[in-house]
This record gives sequence, C-alpha cells and structure tokens, in this order.
Amino acid sequence: MALIEIKHAIKTYVTGDDSFNALDDVSLSVEEGEFVAIMGASGSGKSTCMNMLGTLDKPNSGSYYLDGIDVLNLSSEKLADIRNLKIGFVFQGFNLISRTTALENVELPMIYKGIPPEERKKRAREMLKVVGLEQREDHMPNQMSGGQQQRVAIARALVNDAPIILADEPTGNLDTKTSIEIMEFFVNLNKQTGKTIILVTHEPDIAEYCKRIVRFKDGKIISDQSKEEWIKNKQQ
Amino acid sequence: MIDFSSTLKMALNSLKVNKMRSALTSLGIIIGVSAVIIMLAIGTGASEKVQKNMESMGSNILTVRSASAKSGGVRMGVGTKPSLTDSDAKAIARNIEGLDAVAVLSSENKQLMYGNQNWSSTIYGISPQYLYIKNYEIEYGRSFTPDDLQNYAKVALIGSTVANELFGDLNPINKTIRIGNVPFKVIGVLKSKGASGPFDQDDLAMIPITTAQKKVFGTAFPGTVSQILVKGLDADSLDEVSNQIDALLRTRHKIGRTQTKDFEIRNSAEFQEKMKSTVNTFAVLLASIASVSLLVGGIGIMNIMLVSVTERTKEIGIRMAIGARASDIRWQFLIESFLLSMIGGLIGVVTGIIGAESVRLFSADLTPSISISSIFLSLGFSALVGIGFGYYPAHKASLLNPIDALRYE
Repeated sequence: MALIEIKHAIKTYVTGDDSFNALDDVSLSVEEGEFVAIMGASGSGKSTCMNMLGTLDKPNSGSYYLDGIDVLNLSSEKLADIRNLKIGFVFQGFNLISRTTALENVELPMIYKGIPPEERKKRAREMLKVVGLEQREDHMPNQMSGGQQQRVAIARALVNDAPIILADEPTGNLDTKTSIEIMEFFVNLNKQTGKTIILVTHEPDIAEYCKRIVRFKDGKIISDQSKEEWIKNKQQ
Repeated sequence: MIDFSSTLKMALNSLKVNKMRSALTSLGIIIGVSAVIIMLAIGTGASEKVQKNMESMGSNILTVRSASAKSGGVRMGVGTKPSLTDSDAKAIARNIEGLDAVAVLSSENKQLMYGNQNWSSTIYGISPQYLYIKNYEIEYGRSFTPDDLQNYAKVALIGSTVANELFGDLNPINKTIRIGNVPFKVIGVLKSKGASGPFDQDDLAMIPITTAQKKVFGTAFPGTVSQILVKGLDADSLDEVSNQIDALLRTRHKIGRTQTKDFEIRNSAEFQEKMKSTVNTFAVLLASIASVSLLVGGIGIMNIMLVSVTERTKEIGIRMAIGARASDIRWQFLIESFLLSMIGGLIGVVTGIIGAESVRLFSADLTPSISISSIFLSLGFSALVGIGFGYYPAHKASLLNPIDALRYE
C-alpha cells in the first residue's frame, strides 16, 4: 500500500440552500519519497485536499489511509499523535507562535511528543543549524525576516522526523530570491533524506521544482503527471 | 503526553506576555484572599478575646442568689430579700459531691478614703475561696488567712483601679484606709484583670465576709450573704450539681417543690456557651462575606481566560496542527488560570497579614489573630477558584476544531 491512499473522497460545504463539493470524488495515492505539487486556482479544492491530507479536516465520504492507518476512524487524540509524528506542516503565513523564540518554536512538536527538555534543546539547535539559523535561536518571530521565519517553520516541521512534509503555499509570502532558496532546500531534502513532500501552489515556477504535478479544478483532479509530461503538455 | 514542567513553563510564559492583564486579573484574587484572611483574623481575635474574658471571670461557676423581695405587691430586684446564709454555703460544701470550691459574697458600694483622697467603689465581703473561684490573683502583699475571718480582722485587698485612685505611686501595703468610717489595713493588691464589658473588674476592695457582716454592712439579718458561688469540677456536671443545690436549699428553707423559692441559681457555663456561639456566628458571617469577593475574583479569572482563548485561537490551531492533543490544550489553559489564582493567592496572603496587623492601628477593640489554618484555607479556596473558573475556558479551548482555529485571524 502507498504511503498516502485517498479513495473517492467527497467534501461538501452547505451554505444556506446552496451546497457545493469542495472535493468531488477525489482519489489520490502518493508513494514514499515522492515530491508532489498540488496546483489549481483558488476554490479548486486544493486547500481542502491539503487539510484532509494533514488530518485537520475530514471528507464526508471516501477513505483515507496514511501509512496503512485508517485515519478517518481515529479519535481526535490519536489524530493529534498522527500529526505530531507523521506529518510536518509548513504554512504560507509561517504560523510561528508569537513572542516565543525560534528555539522554543522548534521545540514545540517535541514537547507534545514527550521528549525530555535537555534532548529537546539539543535537537532543536541541530535543526536550526540544518536550516542555517543557528545564530538566531533567541530571536522572536517578529525580529526575523519572512524567509527566516519560514526556515524556522521548516525546522519545526522536520524536528520530529516525520516522513511527510505538507507545505501549503510555502513561498506565497516570500520574494523570488527567498522562494528559490526555500524550494532548493525542499529539493535537497527530498533527494537526501527521501522525505515525502506534498506542496500546494498556484505558481507554475514553484511547481517546476517538484517531480509530480497534480492539478485540481472544481473539486476534481484534472491531471496527474510527472514534471516532464506536464512541461511538455504546457508547451503544446 | 506532555510533561508538567514544560506546561508550567509555557503557562508562565504566556502570563508574562500579558503582564498588566495578568496582574489586574490576580488583583481580584489578591483582594479576595486578603479579605478572607483579615476577616478570619478579626473573627478569631474576637473569639479569643471573649474566651479570655470568660476565663478571667472564672469558669464552671454556679451563682446562688437570694430571690427578689415582695413589698406590698411591688417586686424588688434579685437579691433584695436576704435569704441565703453562711450556713447554707457550709451545707452545700458538706452535702454535695463533685464540687471544686464554695465561696460566699456580700457586696455594697462604699466610700473609700486614704489621707485626703477618696473613691467610691464596691466592697466585697468574701470568703477566701472567692479569689480562687473568680481567678483573682494577688499582685503583691498577701491574701486572707482563716484567722482573719475568725477574728473579724479589719484587713483589705484592693483592686488595681482603687490602688491607683487612692495611692497613686505610693505602696499601699500596710497603709490604713477607711471604708465607710471603719479603718482597714491594706494587706494586698490584686492583679489587674481588665474590663469585662463595661464592668471594671479592678475597681473593688475585698474584706473578710465576717468583718463585712459585723462591722461594715450593718444588715438587719445577721449571718446573711448575697451570693453563694459554687465551682464545679467540669461544665458537664454543673446541671446535676445545680439540681442538687436546688433540692438542698428547698429543704433547708422549708420550701415545697411547687412553691416559689426564695433563691435562684445561675449557670455561668450556659451564658459562656451562648456568648461563644454568638461570636463564632459573627466570625463565620465575616468570612463568608469576604469569600464572596474571592468568588468575584474567580469570575474575573474566567472572564480574562475566555478573552485569552479567543485571542489565541490561532495559536491553539497551530499547536493542534503540530500535534497538541485536546487534553494538552486544556491543561495549558487550566494551569494558566491556576497560576493566576495561586500567584494572586500568595500575594493576597502577604497583603492579608499586613492588612490584619494594620487593623490594630485603626481600632483598639479589634485584636486580629491570624491562624495558619486561615492562610491554608484561603490559599486552598483560591486554588479551587482558579481551577473551577478556569475549567470552562480551558475546556472551550480544547474543543476548538483545528482547521477553524488555524484560519482564525
């Protein structure tokens, strides 16, 4: 079985008398070590799909197996553990906890994992070094640039050694130069550690860093290709 | 599962972030705890004072007085009809078991004179046991001897008020004073007992009962006394002793069981019990009023914690996304409100102690007494308030849906 296995997922939102399917019979499977871009315009269902992948949201019907676990039938406490151990989130708005140092932000997932304080500090420092921020461990989020904040967020996503990284528009708030740095970091991460990375974006330039491109429209997957196929199709 | 010290550190951190708000929230608890401690101290102080007063008056005492006289249909006050005698007292001492001491007393107001000073005071003609029963002690000089009583000696013990008024700084011992027109030698000064209500227990002079009957009071009924005091061994046996004295005196005075008796017996223990329970009621009332302010402080904590949960919805969402369980979130907020109330409680204990001590400066009648148990009680209560009022906001935070919380701006 694949690392991520979604079958016939339907997510319906009801507003008054209207209802629409944010996910309309979506099936997707991702193997370990893949680097996938999920593309689409806003409202295409890509964010809803991402939230479902991250176990933050549940579809109304369908099934979702993550690493062989039927996550749709887990209690909220167990889902919290899944997010803690199997998934690292990177958000568009960085989502660091304000007035908390870079080091403490990186420590946070380990606190919830139950790792003792000394080891936590050691590993958080190592992780900050990996993202090149060893000099900034005592800085608060508002004392850092967007690129630095995103790198702290990446360190936080990696620190529990989760096999899956979910990145929701990770470069959306960053300038081009910083975006390239972040994407190159992801590429290397995927290449060197074999982590599965799933990234949501609407920018083709960013999607080009990935190995596989899945495109959403109106809650449906309209194409699922390797980067080479996608580029070829685009040029035609 | 998350470890306690990390939760504690996180909670302290978020309290530090909003220093002003945390301080103001704690203020409610500070005031509440201080109020409880001050009120309990005042209450305890008052009952200790009453207890001391009671002890100074003597305990487990039955007072037998002659009943009121009837003069042409007009009834006079208690003690106006002299019906009790020395021999009644001797009979009580002889016939009734389980007594600690028996004393007799007759008293009258007389003018006291020394040199050119004079002072009106109450003269107590007593048997020596009276001093023991009423807890009077000799400050200096000596007490009455059996010889003094037998020989109708003209010797007197005086209270400290009388000593001051007549002698000022002079030593009264062996000086001769006049009571009425009779000269008495001062043989001792009583230790001060202070006031009991409006009644100054030091404004008196004591002389042997025999001398009083024969040479000072000049009663028409020789051998009578106005009171017989009986001290029982303990408070529980007083009722039984009282019944026995009643029966004995009825026999001696030839009064049938249904007839109106010419004496009455009062039990001091009953009065003391009543007094104590009144003071205790008063203390409980004070403390309950104070604890209302602690409750209001708790509502303040709940209010601020609810604001805090709403304000930090996004933070809660982030924590849930990176693996915080609902219970972790609940603990975090619960510990925050617990810390708020405990910090408030500890500061409140300090300000409460300072407050209780400074109450003395405002009123000499209040003698606050802080007990360790009142400190633990108010601290425990404030901890309960913190947990009780913190639970709802904490629970509310833990119920947030992670995706909604993350999107919250």
